[in-house]
Amino acid sequence: MCLAVPGKIISISGEDLNRVGRVSFANVIKEVNLAYVPEAQINDYVIVHVGFALSKVDAEEAQRVFGYLEEMGDLEELYMTEQEQGGGA
Amino acid sequence: MKYIDEYRDAKAVQRFSRAIKRITTRDWTLMEICGGQTHAIVKYGIDELLPQGITLLHGPGCPVCVTPVELIDKGVDIAGMPHVIFTSFGDMLRVPGTRGDLLTAKSRGGDVRIVYSPMDALKLAQANPDKQVVFFAVGFETTAPANAMAVYQAKRQHVENFSILVSHVLVPPAIEAILGAPDTRVQGFLAAGHVCAVVGYEEYFPLAAKYHVPFVVTGFEPLDIMQGVYMLIKQMETGRAEVENQYVRCVRREGNLPAQKIVQDVFQIVPRKWRGIGEIPYSGLGLRDDYALFDAEKRFGVADYTADESPDCMSGAVLQGKLTPHQCAAFGTLCTPEHPLGATMVSSEGACAAYYRYRRQEIQHG
Repeated sequence: MCLAVPGKIISISGEDLNRVGRVSFANVIKEVNLAYVPEAQINDYVIVHVGFALSKVDAEEAQRVFGYLEEMGDLEELYMTEQEQGGGA
Repeated sequence: MKYIDEYRDAKAVQRFSRAIKRITTRDWTLMEICGGQTHAIVKYGIDELLPQGITLLHGPGCPVCVTPVELIDKGVDIAGMPHVIFTSFGDMLRVPGTRGDLLTAKSRGGDVRIVYSPMDALKLAQANPDKQVVFFAVGFETTAPANAMAVYQAKRQHVENFSILVSHVLVPPAIEAILGAPDTRVQGFLAAGHVCAVVGYEEYFPLAAKYHVPFVVTGFEPLDIMQGVYMLIKQMETGRAEVENQYVRCVRREGNLPAQKIVQDVFQIVPRKWRGIGEIPYSGLGLRDDYALFDAEKRFGVADYTADESPDCMSGAVLQGKLTPHQCAAFGTLCTPEHPLGATMVSSEGACAAYYRYRRQEIQHG
């Protein structure tokens, strides 16, 4: 029930509470109410739940976990190297 | 699909698995609230990627599961009334009441229809002025903005043949009930990402401080959950009890303000009974007086129902993380998706349904 799916806004019409968009979910297109994401524009991604966009996906923030992983990857290499060298004292 | 596939990358998930093993020095018990997260964990075997000492409990974040049995009975009765079109999300249809479920009502001649969105129900009402269209408004904070909008528009457009049967519940009071219970084992929470996308996560700060328990707002893909668990364990290992946000791409601290505004216009906080748990004060949403006309319970005179649960059904304990589905005597025998005893076996987010679908046999850790 709390499952919401990210989709891309293809077109927008209407205003305020009746602002709706055609949103593409991997080529399946559905009409979605955009009243709650007034800042969302065409080509933005939104999270959609029961026909309503609840949040705009922040593209920059979406990358953060991958930056985090890269840092962890570096730390991991360090850890593995220490292990190979017989570990810390 | 963008914003999904990259969060299912196996190598990245494994990397978090190794990182978690590196930082974990003792046993910890965590709880994820949301049924959607429960399903992802069981489906992708995420709990098997964690060190053995980490226990993941499944919480009551399944609004279908916690809808009181008498509310199902109300729905069944309304659906059986003449000139009524009863509409609902799909997974409510097979939740057992004491006199059958909504599908039974349909087989007895009731006009019961599945809708994807509450706005579809509103459109049905506009298209069928000679019928009463009722929408079963079940959900957590995630669904409240959609349900509120349907009623908000119904009032402004004078759609008088539309009404909703409300079963809305709120997450933070359930968390407080779990944390306040004398036998609580939960030491950290993965907070439900989409609930927080709507209401923000301000409410968790006082809970974290009062009970000294960390919260991490978490998404729903495997990578999100692994990162959420990593962040939670990191806090617990260093004795911290803070509120952090893993699901930054969708959740802002203040949540969605336009959505909150409509919800607050239409709904007010009320006590609610949680199936298998009992009444929790301030834990639900009900229609405000301005919108009382749209309350199906009043319109159809079904407000005063009471009912008792099946004694074999352990849903309540499962919903509070006190029992796993495998520990229930009826699991897989008396109770299966084809003939469920309780809602946790019916709902797409129920723990019992998840275990039945993905983990019929209990996994023995070597």
